[in-house]
Amino acid sequence: MAETFTARIWALGDDIDTDIVIPTEYLALKTVQDMTPYAFSPLRPELAAQIQPGDVIVAGKNFGCGSSREQAPEVIKALGVKAVIAGSFARIFYRNAINNGLLLIECPALCTDVQDGDEITVEVGKSITVGGRTYPIGALPENLLDIINAGGLVKAMRKRNGLD
Amino acid sequence: MGMTLAEKIIASAAGVESVRPGDIHTVELDYLMSNDGTTHLTIDMYNKLAHPHIADVSKLVWIVDHNLPSDSVKTAASHKKMRDFAKQNGIAFYEGKGVCHQIMMEHHVRPGQLIFGADSHTCAYGALGAFGTGVGCTDYLYAMVTGKSWVLVPESLRFNLTGRLNPGVTARDLILTIIGRIGANGANYKAMEFGGEGLKTLTMSDRIAICNLCVEAGAKTALMEADEVALDYLAQRGRAPKHVFHADPDAAYAETYEIDMTEIVPVVAKPHFVDQVVPASQCLGTRIDEAFLGSCNNGRMEDLRAGAAILKGRKVADSVRFLVVPASGEIYRQALEEGLLKIFMESGAIVMNANCSVCWGSCQGVIGEGETLISTGTRNFKGRAGHPNSFVYLASAETVTASAVAGEITTADRLPKLED
Repeated sequence: MAETFTARIWALGDDIDTDIVIPTEYLALKTVQDMTPYAFSPLRPELAAQIQPGDVIVAGKNFGCGSSREQAPEVIKALGVKAVIAGSFARIFYRNAINNGLLLIECPALCTDVQDGDEITVEVGKSITVGGRTYPIGALPENLLDIINAGGLVKAMRKRNGLD
Repeated sequence: MGMTLAEKIIASAAGVESVRPGDIHTVELDYLMSNDGTTHLTIDMYNKLAHPHIADVSKLVWIVDHNLPSDSVKTAASHKKMRDFAKQNGIAFYEGKGVCHQIMMEHHVRPGQLIFGADSHTCAYGALGAFGTGVGCTDYLYAMVTGKSWVLVPESLRFNLTGRLNPGVTARDLILTIIGRIGANGANYKAMEFGGEGLKTLTMSDRIAICNLCVEAGAKTALMEADEVALDYLAQRGRAPKHVFHADPDAAYAETYEIDMTEIVPVVAKPHFVDQVVPASQCLGTRIDEAFLGSCNNGRMEDLRAGAAILKGRKVADSVRFLVVPASGEIYRQALEEGLLKIFMESGAIVMNANCSVCWGSCQGVIGEGETLISTGTRNFKGRAGHPNSFVYLASAETVTASAVAGEITTADRLPKLED
């Protein structure tokens, strides 16, 4: 059965690049947890402190464009973000997010219809509902969902090889 | 139905007759390049594996270039981790030799190869007819341990180049113009394939500049057929192709663009996105605080020669810091022998060691609040070169150098003429 969850959202625009997700100057910090206060800081310095575990980020087209730095999806995950919903994702970020167990959903129509604080209900692989409106979403292939549910590629491989 | 260059290389790496866009294939990788931006993360993950193992160490190339030489105790520790691991495991290791993609072009890449790099600009290798694509450190780790990975066969966009660039117009202006036209995600998940009569007029340096920047349109890879120019470059360096692929005449493209190179003019990409491209003439008079000539995109001999030709007999404006950063040690020595570094230094430029420099906003040349940089680097995202409230314009070596002289954005042909 598909997972369903309700979440508060943070609405961002188009082309949220990896230097916005986590600027270069903070990549030298020792752990991804240390980087979390600076996530999205060039765009919205206050946002990282506002995000609560279980929240969802909604954005426009080309989310995660730019660098291959894996700290970008890692820092979003470390903030406790449940999923990123965007019009489209840049391809390196897309792979990196799945490899780190971060759920990504493509839904081009949602971004322009929502604002900070809206509550959405997501039925994974089926639809998103907000304020009485419903948006259909595509289903992820089973093997990618398995990786996300395991918490990332390394954890999924451990599970598959009977190590966990 | 025929195949594109990207499809042929994936089919070859997957050991199958043919592939189609949308297929997912497991492929053998020819090289796995990683730099000091993320290698420490890969090592941390590797050391936690139940059965750590490197499938084929001869495929690994590790390069320290992003924070070189180290600028802090934290960076030094990260470099040491990378250096020690490379030594213990017999991994090809470069430190102080230049920017990773330039080193890969000079010493490793061969036509027909499929290469993963833990860096987004790995698509540069298409200049030699190789399928290079950027990955994160988890994908890198998986490939390092298994020698393989999975790829989604991308649709291809075809760019037919005709004519030739006018004097004072560069390959950098050409690719920025194309990115401006198709947009920052205009090639997302796709391959950008370049061909046509116009390609023959472009040097290897031009071709690297074009392929390298394609990720800024979201491209998975960029590809050019390895022709005489590419094969000469390879032969001079004592390497042979793995395989020279040609796109089939009946290959299917998601879109075909006709690009008349005679129509290209000097352009700049305005803050804060690479597709915010306008003719440089529209930005004349914009004050700058710093100029940067370097990077994997534009730090080669041709770029340094173009910059030095403009600077000879002129001075960098008092209000500008002008950083000149050759893309590799080999280029640095050649520039020294040709007397270019003397010209740069006499004009007031700061010549740095070969590294990524301010292009990635760390290590050196970082700009402060409210400051403006004009750069031959790869990106102009908000905060990319330093303070979140700073501004980066991207332009060619010629336009960057001319702007360093003027203290404001200008093109080389607009500088006051030198008296004989």
